[in-house]
Amino acid sequence: MSSAASREVERQGAPRPLAGRAFGAGEFAMEALIRVLGFSTIGFVLLIFIFLLREGVPVFFEVPARGLFSTLWYPTFKLFGTLPLILGSVLVTVASIVIALPLGVATAVFVREVAPRWAREVLKPVIEVLAGIPSVVLGFFGMTYVAPLVRVLLGAPTGLTAFSGALLLAYMALPTIISVAEDALDAVPRGYRDAGLAMGATRWQTIWRVVVPAGRSGILTAVMLGMGRAIGETMAVMMVTGNAAVMPTTLAFLFKPVRTMTATIAAEMGEVARGSTHYHALFGIGIILFVLTFFINLAAAKAIFQKRRRGGLR
Amino acid sequence: MLLAGCAASGRGGPRPAAMPATLLRGNAAPASTFTLQNTGSDTLVNLALAWAERYMEIHPEVRISVTGGGSGTGIAALINGTIQIANASREMSPEELETARKNGITPVRFTVALDAIAVVENPENPVKGLTIDQISDMYKGKFSRWDQVGGEDRPVVLLSRESNSGTYVYFLEQVVRKGDPKANALFSPQTLLMPSSEGITAEVRQNPNSIGYDGLGYVTPDMKKVAIARRAGAPYVLPSAASVRDGSYPVSRPLFMYTAGQPTGQVRTYLSWVMQDGQELVKELGFVPLPESGK
Repeated sequence: MSSAASREVERQGAPRPLAGRAFGAGEFAMEALIRVLGFSTIGFVLLIFIFLLREGVPVFFEVPARGLFSTLWYPTFKLFGTLPLILGSVLVTVASIVIALPLGVATAVFVREVAPRWAREVLKPVIEVLAGIPSVVLGFFGMTYVAPLVRVLLGAPTGLTAFSGALLLAYMALPTIISVAEDALDAVPRGYRDAGLAMGATRWQTIWRVVVPAGRSGILTAVMLGMGRAIGETMAVMMVTGNAAVMPTTLAFLFKPVRTMTATIAAEMGEVARGSTHYHALFGIGIILFVLTFFINLAAAKAIFQKRRRGGLR
Repeated sequence: MLLAGCAASGRGGPRPAAMPATLLRGNAAPASTFTLQNTGSDTLVNLALAWAERYMEIHPEVRISVTGGGSGTGIAALINGTIQIANASREMSPEELETARKNGITPVRFTVALDAIAVVENPENPVKGLTIDQISDMYKGKFSRWDQVGGEDRPVVLLSRESNSGTYVYFLEQVVRKGDPKANALFSPQTLLMPSSEGITAEVRQNPNSIGYDGLGYVTPDMKKVAIARRAGAPYVLPSAASVRDGSYPVSRPLFMYTAGQPTGQVRTYLSWVMQDGQELVKELGFVPLPESGK
């Protein structure tokens, strides 16, 4: 059979993709393996989720809701108010996106629309390398250089502030934002640019009024992914935000120490007694964090879905 | 569950890195090996490991396994009879003594080293000494500027270790609450909780507004130690081995090893070695050795 197939290939005089029964068994095994691996990933995520629920849900029974959403986090003294931590995370994350969004989109526009070909080929891999810097290294850099700089330049009592954390997070979210936004701009058809220029628009007007709006759902996805990265980041944040569990009620708290959910889990999990209320509370924070990240990712997925439906143009 | 409950009330160590560490003697150990289990305070774990290592060099017939986990963990294990020696950075609580009594165990306490907590500030800060009251008020958030305690016109930035470190609880009880067991004062929410000694060191070194505290052994020369007075009018004392030993430095504590009943045999030999020849290791690990007369 296989020889017949090859004869047929010879007769047609054109190489054909792998075909025939000889490859059938191997291909079946390969497909099955990939399928098992694919499903097991989903399975592991489910298991992690079940574990998170099992360890974290008890806290919602052990601590009354009013205690859980109060403003004092002193776990050593049975005060488990998670509100300062949630708001701390939100403040740092939102601030980081406010910093990273204009920078990221501008860089993506530059790389995709303005930079000459050779520069683009250097810039893209360099930006992707930035994503690989371990966060503990950035955290240490932040602690020894960024925080003192923030203190001296802004005249804050200490440089260990939400703002320092936001700066580092923005830096960490940038590679994601740039590379996804760049892909979004790349998907805008050439005809849009040509049409813009043909209408007498300048290059800047074409980019700003036509190309960027056309890629906006992709840019939105980029922001959501960057946000997902930022809210879950732990090490660097723990090292530079000062970890004071205050209620960040005004914008002035941007320049004061805050405590995030991730830093709390990381700092306290190491020495907490298994099965204690504090232990459950830390997993409870994990659940809150999971839900927040889930909604951010859901929003990102929705943006992608809309983009597909509209052909990536609107 | 019992063990977990006890650990919750216990104090962890000052270093998050103090993971349970087990020392196992290599295959050179003779057949008649005596195994000694030693568990407890994370404050003590590094010192206990150093002692165990040195002791096993001298006595290859003894195997000592050292793990951390916190004073509460060690005491619970001693009460349950799974270990011979429990390390503790505090005395046993009345509840723990009661549980021990129910299990038919009479814990015996040995002081094996001294620990002191130093209050530190940036070398540029002109403030030389503070009273316990002043430090307490600062950490409770009553004072927010250095000129309120005779310093420059600067804001105060409070630094602390993380809330589950043994140093945190000790500092809270002895300094912030001034040793009053009925007090329920807490650290000000403005206090920055640093996940490591290194975090405190880095901030104190570069920020003239900051005040922090840590175990005397972890204080580096680029931080300024603050002299502490028990009360207004009392002499200001700088933390040092001498001032900790003679009891004049107010923020110091003994570190303990507990045994179940009076120790006998190898356990007894080990403990007396720890309290005599073992003391030379104490200083190397940043603690204060016992006074000569206490041997």
